[in-house]
Amino acid sequence: MSAREAFRVAMQALLANRLRSALTTLGVLIGVMSVVLLVAIGQGARSEITGAIEGLGSNLLFVLPGDGDFGGGPRRSSFVLDDVERIDRELLGGGTRVAGYTIGSEALQADGERLTATVLAVTASYPAVLSRELARGQGLTESDVVTSRRVAVLGATTAETLFPGQDPIGRTMAIGGVRYRVIGVLARVGGGGSPFGPDQDRNVLVPITAGQRLFGTDRLDAIFVRAAATQTVDEDRAVVRRALEQRLDTEEFSVISQDEIIGVVGDILQILTLVLAAIAGISLLVGGVGVSNIMLVSVSERTREIGLRKALGARTRDITGQFLLEAIVLTGLGGAIGLVLGIAGAELVAAFAPVPAEVTGWSIALALGVSVAVGLVFGVLPARRAGQLDPVAALRRD
Amino acid sequence: MSVDDGPDGTPVLLEAIDVVRTYRLGRDVEVPALRGVSFRVDHGDYVAIVGSSGSGKSTLLNLLGVLDRPTSGQVRYDGRDVRELPDAELARLRNQRIGFVFQSFHLLPRLTALDNVILPLVYRPGSKRERRQRAEAALASVGLADRMAHRPGELSGGQQQRVAIARALVTEPALVLADEPTGNLDTTTGEDIMSLLESIQAEQDTALVVITHEPDIAHRAARTIELRDGVMADGSSP
Repeated sequence: MSAREAFRVAMQALLANRLRSALTTLGVLIGVMSVVLLVAIGQGARSEITGAIEGLGSNLLFVLPGDGDFGGGPRRSSFVLDDVERIDRELLGGGTRVAGYTIGSEALQADGERLTATVLAVTASYPAVLSRELARGQGLTESDVVTSRRVAVLGATTAETLFPGQDPIGRTMAIGGVRYRVIGVLARVGGGGSPFGPDQDRNVLVPITAGQRLFGTDRLDAIFVRAAATQTVDEDRAVVRRALEQRLDTEEFSVISQDEIIGVVGDILQILTLVLAAIAGISLLVGGVGVSNIMLVSVSERTREIGLRKALGARTRDITGQFLLEAIVLTGLGGAIGLVLGIAGAELVAAFAPVPAEVTGWSIALALGVSVAVGLVFGVLPARRAGQLDPVAALRRD
Repeated sequence: MSVDDGPDGTPVLLEAIDVVRTYRLGRDVEVPALRGVSFRVDHGDYVAIVGSSGSGKSTLLNLLGVLDRPTSGQVRYDGRDVRELPDAELARLRNQRIGFVFQSFHLLPRLTALDNVILPLVYRPGSKRERRQRAEAALASVGLADRMAHRPGELSGGQQQRVAIARALVTEPALVLADEPTGNLDTTTGEDIMSLLESIQAEQDTALVVITHEPDIAHRAARTIELRDGVMADGSSP
């Protein structure tokens, strides 16, 4: 039997049971759609987060508590404000290249408006080192830090929420119940708050000294160092390490470049994507079991047809091939439609939800390949059973 | 005169030599269906195989149609022992040398009369157009030129059996095996069907083997083989 003829026969058989074929296809369709959609969401999250890190500039060094083994859980920080100055002194060239912060979450209040936001207690150098621009008013100064002045610079969204339709500059607000004066508003970063990272526009900057008093700590959560150039990242890293080793054990801190952070974060998110794909793969597997089941029913229903075809000269492999092809057409069709719906779903998610979605070539190839493979694997058992039917018994059955 | 010609020079199509077929039911129960049957069918022969139910008729039909292999003894087609042929070769033999006509017609209800007749041609090389032309010619030869697009459900019993006969002869077989071809038909229609089969046998030099339990049908054949309890009864002509 020619391949074309076999395909025609398969289509005929599938169309004879339209509803059943459609429902069987649906199982595979949902599986493929979830694979494509979930992988797209995983990939989208990955590229957005790594993109956000990349946006900080490739010459940024992160000084974080702990020995860099993120599997060990969060460590209590040993950094103090003096460390920022110590590093700054050691670095050649000077200028504002070192910043530090302590981070916390506090209730904000102004004129009856309330908001819980991330409060960043920062050194005056923070906006310059992390490329945050001021939109209006003034930024934090060294003297604000030295005198622990209770002044605040608001993120764009925070400003709009607390002071809707008003100029916040010069107004007073409460942060964790303590009165602060608003002196500036940061330029909007955009990108919105993805579920995978904090919204950069939804925070408040206060002088590190004031913030530490607010949080009741004398520690810094992280220190940032901007290397003079991309080429000097490794040199500067050595300098930073030496500066901190004067005071701390090497297990108490790690200096990580932006590339390394992207690598680690990228790996974590890649695993997340694969886990999502595996979960979606389970539904594809269930769809495959459905195909197998319905093909077995089909073989049993068409026993007499199989017997007749064998009497008319069909070989075992003609019959096996025919049923295998039917299974593959079912799953291939489900795969193709599921792929289209998965891509459409990803577009929809990207357009209307704060979750980015990115359809990748490999997820498309995977979905189509897997759906055809599912047809093959789950079609083999029923198809072999059909091919091996004894024509005598098959013909006699009513 | 070829190797397989009989002693009197007529060309032998198929030969059954001491054919035994035993079915195993369960582990230790063996049921002998045929217990040593020998006869031959020549090209253009017309043989009736008769016997009561349980005499081994159906078993013999399956063996002659190479749907089954004997437990011992030989069934030889064109001089070849079917026990030594692989399944795929038996399928080819069925496709090219044998046409089946069944009591219950065995037409595929989803297909039109034409597509039913095309069915055996699907399992051999050939273009779609050629298949169609041959099937149309076969249907015309059984008097159903105007029923080609009808499905089996839209045809009478006699017409359905004619479609089945067209399907059997579209491959130009050397042997038509008819299993109770009139069993589901009334007497008049049965007569017509037998006449049709006989005219094909006579005109196309096709051997015709009819399995029946009706003496009227059996008497029409040139020879009769009577089976009784798995062996040939006296009076059968081998």
